[in-house]
Amino acid sequence: MRAFANLIESLMLTPQRNGKLRLMLAYFRDTPDPDRGFALAALTGALNVPRARPALLRALVAERFDPVLFRLSYDYVGDLCETVSLIWPGPQGLGNDTDPRLGDVVASLGEATRASLPGIVSDMLDRLDETGRWAFLKLITGGLRVGVSARLAKTALAGLGAVPLDEIEETWHGQRPPYEVLFAWVEGKGPRPRNDDPAPFRAMMLAQPLGDSDLDALDPAHFAAEWKWDGIRVQAVAARDAHGRQLRRLYSRTGDDISAAFPDILEVLDFDGTIDGELLIVRDGAAQPFNALQQRLNRKSVTRKLLAEHPAHIRAYDLLFADGEDLRALTFAERRERLARFVSEIDSDRIDLSAQVRFDDWNMLAAARGDPAGTGAAQDADAIEGVMLKRRDSVYEAGRPKGPWFKWKRDPYNVDAVLMYAQRGRGRRSSLYSDCTFGVWCEGGAGPELVPVGKAYSGFTDEELKRLDRFVRENTVERFGPVRAVRADTETGLVLEIAFEGLNESARHKSGVAMRFPRIARIRWDKPSREAGTLAELARLLPQRKGAQARPD
Amino acid sequence: MPIRPADLLHPTPAGLYCPPGDFFVDPTRGVERAVITHGHSDHARPGHGKALATPQTLAIMAARMGANHARETQAVQYGECVSINGIGVTLVPAGHVLGSAQVVIDWKGLRIVVSGDYKRSADPTCAPFEPVRADVFVTEATFALPVFRHPPAASEIGKLMSSLKRFPERTHLVGAYSLGKAQRVIRLIREAGYDEPIFIHESLWAMCDIYAANGIELGALTPLADTAGPLAGGRIAIGPPSTFAADCFTDPLAVYASGWMRTRKRARQTGVELPLIISDHADWGELTDTIREVNPQEVWITHGRDDALARWAELNGYMAKPLALVGYEDEGD
Repeated sequence: MRAFANLIESLMLTPQRNGKLRLMLAYFRDTPDPDRGFALAALTGALNVPRARPALLRALVAERFDPVLFRLSYDYVGDLCETVSLIWPGPQGLGNDTDPRLGDVVASLGEATRASLPGIVSDMLDRLDETGRWAFLKLITGGLRVGVSARLAKTALAGLGAVPLDEIEETWHGQRPPYEVLFAWVEGKGPRPRNDDPAPFRAMMLAQPLGDSDLDALDPAHFAAEWKWDGIRVQAVAARDAHGRQLRRLYSRTGDDISAAFPDILEVLDFDGTIDGELLIVRDGAAQPFNALQQRLNRKSVTRKLLAEHPAHIRAYDLLFADGEDLRALTFAERRERLARFVSEIDSDRIDLSAQVRFDDWNMLAAARGDPAGTGAAQDADAIEGVMLKRRDSVYEAGRPKGPWFKWKRDPYNVDAVLMYAQRGRGRRSSLYSDCTFGVWCEGGAGPELVPVGKAYSGFTDEELKRLDRFVRENTVERFGPVRAVRADTETGLVLEIAFEGLNESARHKSGVAMRFPRIARIRWDKPSREAGTLAELARLLPQRKGAQARPD
Repeated sequence: MPIRPADLLHPTPAGLYCPPGDFFVDPTRGVERAVITHGHSDHARPGHGKALATPQTLAIMAARMGANHARETQAVQYGECVSINGIGVTLVPAGHVLGSAQVVIDWKGLRIVVSGDYKRSADPTCAPFEPVRADVFVTEATFALPVFRHPPAASEIGKLMSSLKRFPERTHLVGAYSLGKAQRVIRLIREAGYDEPIFIHESLWAMCDIYAANGIELGALTPLADTAGPLAGGRIAIGPPSTFAADCFTDPLAVYASGWMRTRKRARQTGVELPLIISDHADWGELTDTIREVNPQEVWITHGRDDALARWAELNGYMAKPLALVGYEDEGD
């Protein structure tokens, strides 16, 4: 347990991705089965252990501790798991012989009933040292929250041997903790685990971003183009198992099973095959921008109201399997033909074919990319973020091969905004004020005032960072914890050129708008703050609501 | 009529004052006569008429504030009893930093012990705390919450050593208070078997000299100029947390040695990758054990988490009184 506890504590404190990978890799290398497998499950959110409610922990502490001293401690620490682990009367450090193994901890939890859980928890807390108690409490209260995605944990696993990440992702869904077969395969000590799942995830083919001069070398005749939709990439799979029962699954781009949140999609997966497509919200016949879909993501279940107001839809890009036949070695043109037939046979208004964009040369395609509404996309234009180029002869190849597929995004938007608040950065930037909240002008009761429209931190050179930090320190007007309010009026203020991918209406923000992927393109040391952009200008970039009723969401 | 403790010592805006002896303990402003427990700047201030302290503390004060920090100084050895206007004053080791002392005040059979800042855990750079039985024990409460239980410092240094092995190309920048903590960390690193030169921030230089002059072996130290270009990685550099320049090394790893690192939230907020829970203040167990050991009639609490320590005292049958002294830094660890 100590090795696992140290691992997650270090992961929490290590900001860089590479540092996290090294920590996980070292752990996987040095830790025997089944402990490392349970750790992998915990990191990927796949560990199934009984949950302990906060009330249970409070009750256990109350039996052992003065309530006033506990309250003072909890007020200071601010986190229940950590407070309990710190004040639990127990040893500071333990010998290796008494430290329980993660596998034993998981096993004892697996036998827990509602009645026996409190006893098991207090017994375990008595046996663990402080870091161990903290890690244990995180395990049983749900969510490690140490800044590691499932994908990053799988990347570390891939680093253990010579197996590519996409093969791990494909294999993942047939496997259960503690993943002994999976580890053996990755380490070259065993065969690739058989995926007995009749509806498995297949690693996806991804596109390269189109570079500035790429088009010069490409022949338009070799490529087909379609819109790049602003949803999430999914794989819809349906197949029959050995008993003839039909299985239906919706996977995310990384192979996570997101079926539970999309019963409306599952309902129409009445086929035998694997469709690659974009998940979108289509309301009154119009595809909606990403933030409409966001309401439905990361949910374990979904309400009827949400289903009615945010109906999900698949716009099909590709067909990987059909009626048991693997189509991935066919060319894109051939697969596309099969896909068109397949989709029309499904005959559902929740699944349609992603339309192709016709073009004779790159200029024509550039024009379409600049004006989807006028190039056939009509009312769907707000959900388009560019075009995709696919070689007509490309086979379906997992990963991100260079050459066959390109994504050509629309140019980002730009606005000049004024720095309003700054916060210290993380890691290398922890001593510098580098996280910026910025605003644009709007007409207030007493003249122009700034209203915040977003927050960003990327895109500085070290030199600029230092200069920005100095500006913040010299112009601080107020402090709120780690945040400083910076002088920002029509006379003094720092103008930041913000680039962003899109704009959506937002009831949560005072300005009524939310930026997608804002980043600081440049610091405009030269520009007077009063010449920064206005909210009215920004609002013009909002998607037009064509015929759709405004709804408060 | 029996003497009340408050007749012998009571808080004033300038700090704890002894009326019959006409002196202050660790006054927060310049006074005619001061007894100084240790050299940290919130306890040792310039501008006194007469300053009485251990020779080590006086050396530290002279190095930090100049030889003229007081009109007159009086060096008193540990255990040596002196009389100030008829009041017996004895300095006894407090285990906080080099030269740190408790002030034992005796008058007509009444004894008040002002412990200053103290700790009970082992520290190779200063004399260990000596408990003295007292009628009134005046204690700090910097880490007086049950969540503060400092692990053994040697095992924390062990974490630094393993991190150096795991990230051999990254220089470890250890933030540590320039008086006491820095020298303790250096000494512990030496005891862990590391004998490469250690880079130190220039503000540490004078204090390290005083420690070395008192027989604390710190090994080879190299001054680190803020202006130096990026140096190759893999070293240990130590400096005060606030001024630490990360620019001197490529891809440094931020380490911070402080009792505040006990809570992970604090470590995260400070952007520290490797928190080392090393404190020169007593933790919860040390505070409560010390009160039991000294077993006073009354506990007076100078600064820190007086609410929690007063609660513990109440639960355990001690009369406790928060003095709510201002001017001492809670953050000073």
